[in-house]
Amino acid sequence: MTNQIIPSVKRRQIIELAESGKRMDGRSLTDLRKVEIKTNIVEKAEGSATVKFGDTYVIAGVKFEIGEPFPDTPNEGVMSVSAEFVPLASPGFETGPPDENAIELARVVDRGLRESKLLDTSKLCLIPGKKVWIAWVDIFILDHCGNLIDASSLASLCALLTSKLPKAEVVGDEVKVLDEYVPVPLRAIPINVTLAKIGDKLFVDPSLEEEEVMDCRLSVAFALDDQKQEKICAMQKGGVGTLSFEELLRAVEIAKVKSQELRKLLPSGEK
Amino acid sequence: MDKKLITEDGRRLDGRRFDELRPIKFQIGVLKNADGSAYVEWGRTKILVGVFGPRESHPKHLAMPDRCLIRARYHMAPFSVEERKSPAPSRREIELSKVIREALEPAIFVELFPRTTIDIFAEVLQADGSTRCAAISTAALALADAGIPMRDLVSSVAVAKVDGSLVLDVMDAEDKLGDSDMPLAMMPSKNLVTLIQMDGLLTHEEFVKSVELAKKGCMEVYAKQKEALDSHFRIASKEEV
Amino acid sequence: MFKIPINFGTRQLVVPGFLLAEGKYEAGPNVYNEGDKFYSTVIGLAELRNNVVTVIPLRGCYIPSVGDVVIGKVVDVITTAWMLDIRSPWLGVLFAKEHLSKPLNVMKEDARDYLDIGEMIIAKIISFDRTKNPALTTKEQGLGKIQRGTVIEVDPTRVPRIIGKKGSMISMLKKDSGCQIYVGQNGRIWISGKNREDEALVAGAIKKIEAEAHTTGLTDRIHEYLIKNRM
Repeated sequence: MTNQIIPSVKRRQIIELAESGKRMDGRSLTDLRKVEIKTNIVEKAEGSATVKFGDTYVIAGVKFEIGEPFPDTPNEGVMSVSAEFVPLASPGFETGPPDENAIELARVVDRGLRESKLLDTSKLCLIPGKKVWIAWVDIFILDHCGNLIDASSLASLCALLTSKLPKAEVVGDEVKVLDEYVPVPLRAIPINVTLAKIGDKLFVDPSLEEEEVMDCRLSVAFALDDQKQEKICAMQKGGVGTLSFEELLRAVEIAKVKSQELRKLLPSGEK
Repeated sequence: MDKKLITEDGRRLDGRRFDELRPIKFQIGVLKNADGSAYVEWGRTKILVGVFGPRESHPKHLAMPDRCLIRARYHMAPFSVEERKSPAPSRREIELSKVIREALEPAIFVELFPRTTIDIFAEVLQADGSTRCAAISTAALALADAGIPMRDLVSSVAVAKVDGSLVLDVMDAEDKLGDSDMPLAMMPSKNLVTLIQMDGLLTHEEFVKSVELAKKGCMEVYAKQKEALDSHFRIASKEEV
Repeated sequence: MFKIPINFGTRQLVVPGFLLAEGKYEAGPNVYNEGDKFYSTVIGLAELRNNVVTVIPLRGCYIPSVGDVVIGKVVDVITTAWMLDIRSPWLGVLFAKEHLSKPLNVMKEDARDYLDIGEMIIAKIISFDRTKNPALTTKEQGLGKIQRGTVIEVDPTRVPRIIGKKGSMISMLKKDSGCQIYVGQNGRIWISGKNREDEALVAGAIKKIEAEAHTTGLTDRIHEYLIKNRM
């Protein structure tokens, strides 16, 4: 519980520094930390990526498996996103089933990927109503230094973007998986940007110490639709503070600009 | 999938205009054991909320030295939906419990009750869309009924995009077939947002309009919350001491 | 002179977040301010007295206050103290030295020999500041373990009504029933009569007061009730 006690000195310091547009780590309020993306980290996974936002370090892996579709979408494949807060990533993480923070993280990442319609699930159907591809996206937090949502979203995205789908042949009721691969059917790419509100200031890509003293955070995901028009595809407020309507709209504006910046960092060939 | 959610003359499946709420009926003080309670029938969505506390934290190590711990549980009854839902908490329910707590907590003077816990239990008896919004709005009344000091009530409503238009107070059919869903909660007399979530595709302009529509809806929910409190406690106001 | 906008009528019902007043006022109980704006924190009745904006709560748990006499129930015994449920968010603590005339010899005695789990006491709050459990004492006239009689509970916000204006209601209850009655500030009431029937009669009358607290002419009606139901 001690990690929930807000260090008030630090909060004042962060707020006062922000008055002159600066942050503890030298960034401006709208700067991202250095973002590093590496893909194809794990050969046995169909797709994988590590992402660093400064010292925050996450890995995401994709596995494809044949399974049953949901009854209400018999012609569509399934995507499932989970997150593990691995104990080595923070003194505050414990072993055991995912807690509400891990579940929220996975669901926010999932919403971004799902609502942008990144994965064309209609092309993952093998036998309607019986057999479809399930894309398991698993996020492992390796070092928690703030802004897990953006790092995990980007890692999941990059793992999917670089993943390979096993080729399968359908003969009657049988599915034969071949030793060849086809590209994963992908469409619009979502980019998530999180801002923390501390006092009356908004901080892009909050560090851990900023998160510890923040009032709340807002995460916004953007995707380009079929006409290449930029749209908001998911949003989540977290934390027990409040946002004024003005702050809400301003945060979305800033997030949009930053998402365009992040989009340029995607593995080559992607938009 | 081609089912029309909005008719030619701008009516929704249940006859509402785009900016109309469903009929909402709050009742206060409906449970004997809980320290505060409220029930809502929000269209066909039916939710019962009970509040306990502030009370000594159990287990003890949960207690916080400078404030009250708020716990919220959003839970759907197995019979609340078409196909029986397992009573075990789903990932969705765990996430909703978290955002519901975070939507209510800014309104509570947690610093007045160090080392104690307030428990908020929301049981969805029937789900027909916007359950988290209904749960938040009803929980605010249950907290007030428990006499817990609050900065403001919390009022909540969802806005969806269906058939290309934005509509207020999303019901299940609109949620399932619509293009987007955006629940929002606010402290109405403070004009502060305490919850916002969104999924679906919205242009920036549509988003701004959704927020405006949600704000208007929250103010209407607020009026109904005040009405409910007023009619429940009005008798008491004539008390002579 | 400054302008004095007051936003409520006398004893108007207000809800949490209701803007009560704007200007140079002071915040009384159940009121908070942001700058010169004053808001209610609870459901209650708004009042302005001597420039202080106050809300009388209609609901709520008992919040301890130094000097209050309350009725507590022993729920736990630690080496040299008893923990008491006093219907507040925090358990009350009664140290042995605030209850016993000589120090408790922990090697030979058990605190439970003096007060056991489930027993009830009338005690006074001697310290409380929300960061520590409220501390109580029984070392005053009229305080101590409850040996006989009945204890009933009412909503703590109803205590003033049960006592009545200048104690009018409680005096009448005592006189009409011949019972000893002690109203704890935490909404627990001890009734001790010659027989169980008298105690039950008073308990019924108090429940009636709680339920009808809002009505007028209550004192008279309770008087009639006591006479009619007395055998």
